[in-house]
Amino acid sequence: MTDMASLMEDRAAAKVISDNLRKPVDWDSPKIARNIKKRYAAERRFKIYGLVAIGIALLALCMLATSIGSKGYSAFYQTYVQLEVHFDPAVIDPDGTGDPAVIGRANFDGLIKQSLRDRFPDVTSRSDKRDLYGIVSGGASYDLRERVLENPSLIGQTRTIWLISGDDFDMLNKGYIDPTVAEGDRRLNDQEVSWYNDLVEAGAVEKQFHTRFFTSGDSREPELAGIWGAAVGSFYTLLVTLALSFPIGVLAAVYLEEFAPKNRFTQIVEVNINNLAAVPSIVFGLLGLEVYLNVMHLPRSAPVVGGLTLALMTLPTIIIASRAAIKAVPPSIRQAALGLGASPVQTVTHHVLPLAMPGILTGTIIGMAQALGETAPLLMIGMVAFIVDIPGGALDPATVLPVQIYLWADSPERAFVEKTSAAIMVLLAFLVLMNGLAVYLRKKFERKW
Amino acid sequence: MAAVSQSAMAAKPSVENPKMTARNLDLFYSDNQALYEVDLDIAEKQVTALIGPSGCGKSTFLRCLNRMNDTIDGVTIKGEVTLDGRDIYDKRIDVVQLRARIGMVFQKPNPFPKSIYDNVAYGPRIHGLVNSRDELDEIVMTSLERAGLLKEVKDRLQSPATGLSGGQQQRLCIARAVAVSPEVILMDEPCSALDPIATAKVEELIDELRSNYTIVIVTHSMQQAARVSQRTAFFHLGKLVEVGETDQIFTNPKDERTKGYITGRFG
Repeated sequence: MTDMASLMEDRAAAKVISDNLRKPVDWDSPKIARNIKKRYAAERRFKIYGLVAIGIALLALCMLATSIGSKGYSAFYQTYVQLEVHFDPAVIDPDGTGDPAVIGRANFDGLIKQSLRDRFPDVTSRSDKRDLYGIVSGGASYDLRERVLENPSLIGQTRTIWLISGDDFDMLNKGYIDPTVAEGDRRLNDQEVSWYNDLVEAGAVEKQFHTRFFTSGDSREPELAGIWGAAVGSFYTLLVTLALSFPIGVLAAVYLEEFAPKNRFTQIVEVNINNLAAVPSIVFGLLGLEVYLNVMHLPRSAPVVGGLTLALMTLPTIIIASRAAIKAVPPSIRQAALGLGASPVQTVTHHVLPLAMPGILTGTIIGMAQALGETAPLLMIGMVAFIVDIPGGALDPATVLPVQIYLWADSPERAFVEKTSAAIMVLLAFLVLMNGLAVYLRKKFERKW
Repeated sequence: MAAVSQSAMAAKPSVENPKMTARNLDLFYSDNQALYEVDLDIAEKQVTALIGPSGCGKSTFLRCLNRMNDTIDGVTIKGEVTLDGRDIYDKRIDVVQLRARIGMVFQKPNPFPKSIYDNVAYGPRIHGLVNSRDELDEIVMTSLERAGLLKEVKDRLQSPATGLSGGQQQRLCIARAVAVSPEVILMDEPCSALDPIATAKVEELIDELRSNYTIVIVTHSMQQAARVSQRTAFFHLGKLVEVGETDQIFTNPKDERTKGYITGRFG
């Protein structure tokens, strides 16, 4: 354990140094004291810089959260109006057949309009009537139909029912429309405001939890628009992305780290992978448009194309993270396996990959979170289309959460402002969930050596 | 002068029926030559110690014996290394099988981050040496017994190997190497990371293993070489300076450099 050679060298070197240091040091001199003071000050300063940096970051986060939260929380509630609806057999089922097909075709919209006219009998002019019908959403008639189809005995009865209100009425109820400003400067005229006040006095207006927001697809009517279609689209897109980028990325990383000879070619590959990670995502969108749509003729606006495009974008992230994780596995483990007569592939699959898995999974989830929040490349391949139906598979037209946010932010109706913020909250919740999963997986598979 | 020539007569550069031989072995790391024309015989069922100052090529030579240098980029080897008379650098030789026949224990204990049982069972499993769970259990137990570790760990075979002490880990690594029934065991400074008590245990173990295995050990401790080995080879600057019976090397070296090194006058 004593290496004579180095010992002798050390002794020789020590002699030279001790010659130079023959002068005794006065540890109590003012110069030394100043030096100590300066060092303490520098350490305090450094600590303060760190605290300030964290403070700024937290402040920015708080601002973002409050701005989105304060704008978006109201989207989780929806105004409902109570009306007396007479389920007129003459309208719903004039021949008394009881056939669901006949009932389904009935003019429920007319029933609602009738009850609105009954509630406010003074309204006579055509334009006033149109304003009056705006109190209740156009989507309320579908709810009514569901109700009757579920329970046909309603036909002929008169019931007091909560109906989903129109978006302007909803905005007024949530306080986003100020009735005190000049009539010409607001969406609702004085007459509509008076109807609202009348209904409020009668206790016929209330806010209910807006489940429809989480269960329905997009709509032109803000009160009917929901996030579920985009969420399902995001799910299929990410599924395709994961299925492609994870195996390809991990295999590429394993090959580059464990098997590839270190030569000019692999260096070029390495530089290009790092470059690819920095390419603007819109460029991947253009590539996807050209290759997948124009050359391969895959369906437009479909999650499969979005997934393929995002997989290109996620690959470099996964490769870089996986390579770092593989590199961090101590070489002694590889030597141990090789020394026992494990083949290189056995060494990788039995030892290196399992030990690198936490890092690989963390990198993958961060890459997927990035893909979840990506918008630009998806605009290029047509996932920006207005799609009402909830996609049933990766080949159906769909949109994704961030694009939905973009679409709503672009819509003129006041009610879409809160929808936008609410959608951002849903997206952030997914991101927090995914990053939490990354932390969990890392902790779970972490092994010490 | 007379003493020197007498010891030269006593030194045996080659042995009868060697287990392994190296002839004219040159090794290059890219352009740097690390070994120069090394001729060395490894006697069967003996401990051969390789000593010499840092960077003299003894570990490099050791790694030539089971082709571990293959895994390093830019290494070229000239010359011949044989195991039982067959060239191990022959194209027809399967490296994986070769490494199963020539086990290795490393400088730092490097158990897999798995259970104690799985560590020892790994070799027999990948080489398909066993047909049943019982057979595997038996191999694991015998190997741990041979490595002198069974008493300490038999109640916690399923607990992680990384929880053992350094000395226990190194003996586990020896048990792991023994489990594939190698003919030769190479040890690269196996005690350099251990305290004196653990070192004594491993040395004792090496002495016991000698009856079943051919052992080559690289060590920086001349006392260790003197204690455990029957033959000692002294390397200096990539050359094999002197090889012979350990007693002869330590009491009566014929080369001035060997004498200088073992008496601590130079390195």
